[in-house]
Amino acid sequence: MNRDEHASAELVARYAAGDPDIPPDRLWAVESHLEGCEVCRVRLADVAPPPVAALSAAVWAALEPELTAPPARVRHWTRLATWATPSLVPWLIMTLLVLFAVVVLELVLPSDAMPSAVLLLAPIGPVLGVAVAWSRGLDPAHELIACTPRAGLELVLRRTTAVLVVVLPVLLLTGWLTGDSAAWWLLPCLGLTSAALALGGLVGVRRAAVATSVLWALLVVGPAVVRNAVPVVLVPAAGPWWAAVLVAGAVVVLMRSRAYVRVDNW
Amino acid sequence: MMARATSAAEVAPTGYAWHVRAEGLRVKAGRRMAVDGLDLGLGVGVHGLLGPNGAGKTTLIRSLATVLRPAGGVLELFGERVAGRADLRALRRRLGYLPQEFGYYKRFTVREFVEYMAWLKEVPKAEVPGAVQRAVERVGLADRADDKLRTLSGGMVRRAGIAQAIVNDPDLLLLDEPTAGLDPGQRVRFRELLHELGADTCVLVSTHLVEDVAAACADVVLFESGKLLFQGTPAELAAEGGPDDVGDSPIERGYSALLASRGKTDGGKAGAW
Repeated sequence: MNRDEHASAELVARYAAGDPDIPPDRLWAVESHLEGCEVCRVRLADVAPPPVAALSAAVWAALEPELTAPPARVRHWTRLATWATPSLVPWLIMTLLVLFAVVVLELVLPSDAMPSAVLLLAPIGPVLGVAVAWSRGLDPAHELIACTPRAGLELVLRRTTAVLVVVLPVLLLTGWLTGDSAAWWLLPCLGLTSAALALGGLVGVRRAAVATSVLWALLVVGPAVVRNAVPVVLVPAAGPWWAAVLVAGAVVVLMRSRAYVRVDNW
Repeated sequence: MMARATSAAEVAPTGYAWHVRAEGLRVKAGRRMAVDGLDLGLGVGVHGLLGPNGAGKTTLIRSLATVLRPAGGVLELFGERVAGRADLRALRRRLGYLPQEFGYYKRFTVREFVEYMAWLKEVPKAEVPGAVQRAVERVGLADRADDKLRTLSGGMVRRAGIAQAIVNDPDLLLLDEPTAGLDPGQRVRFRELLHELGADTCVLVSTHLVEDVAAACADVVLFESGKLLFQGTPAELAAEGGPDDVGDSPIERGYSALLASRGKTDGGKAGAW
């Protein structure tokens, strides 16, 4: 039986029924012909006994959704989670609300002499975010993450970046609304973040961030409120010093990168 | 007939003798020395870590998972010392760890959760979808793979936890109370999975259920008050017990006999509730 010659109806019917008496050579011939001939496959389907038809229907029903389904949707969460954990979302919302409240206060209660609250608080905004992003108590999956190869400086820096990417534009916007130029607070902001991370290699990132924020509140915000003047560390002339802090902090972080791999340094 | 389990004695990996080797290992849990002078060697196979509550099982597993830093002694994983500022990154790629209580992001689906863990474990990007699918199928969650974790039952969440632990095909798999929350049918399937994994992986399963050990482990590590009390096959453990010891099965009797003998030397305290 060559390719041009179709199998006889009788043979197809016996094959479909699984007749054990078909000689092996004819069985082989009909099988190889069916593989290449759509017409005979249709004839085979027509004469297939009910159990075979039921089986192929069941297989088809199981396969059809997968074969005809639209392509899998993009997994936003997984992509996003490589930068920021879902546990950061409540903190980000809180930051936005606090800044909104500060802006409203500034606009409603104009105080000419007082340095603006946005200016005083902007430098520690990202530091607090970093504490939230890399803290054992605030990340439910910390125990799982703690033993993975990526836990360590890379993850700390990714999460810090995520915090900066969200917080800096918001600070810029609020600063623009209240008239606080970024020239006054941007370098202190980055310098403090870098210093907090460097300190974090020694005492844990969360503790370092909290300590930095407390010190900032005591040494800068407090005196500024009492003296009713812009603190000396926040005038644009202090910029070079903050740039130096930024660079020094970054160098310390990179040199001590292995200090970030343990959970007790969180 | 039980499936063939690889015994710890069959260890012959290249380069190092034991996947885990501890010598006089001491690890603190808070202020307490929860692991106090432990000597242990574990190779390929399924090892059951047995011990009463508070024996220090979780602390030991956390230190093997490189989450806790040992306070003293020697700890070697894959023949490399885990101490000080050792490069943990390479070691951690070969680890799988299921904590006793683990948090997760409830909005994630099972697949997203396991994918995220695969990313954290530095599974090559091209292999992630396949590895995730395999892991999810092995724990029998394929039909729930795209459901959010918060919609799953406790047993399913635990299976998702097992899936993330095996997604990187670890050489050392640490499972802390993995059968908690699984129903009897799931436990049986979990033991089958353990047999499969134990063929080429060093698996350490902590449990307080003696029957889990009897059914699934080729090697029993009995751990009490931070020290190794016994290491051997389940049959050897059963041989320790006599008809007078407390327990419903030979292994339970062996277990209580060993704990009781330990209790005598400690002034009879350990045997009490």
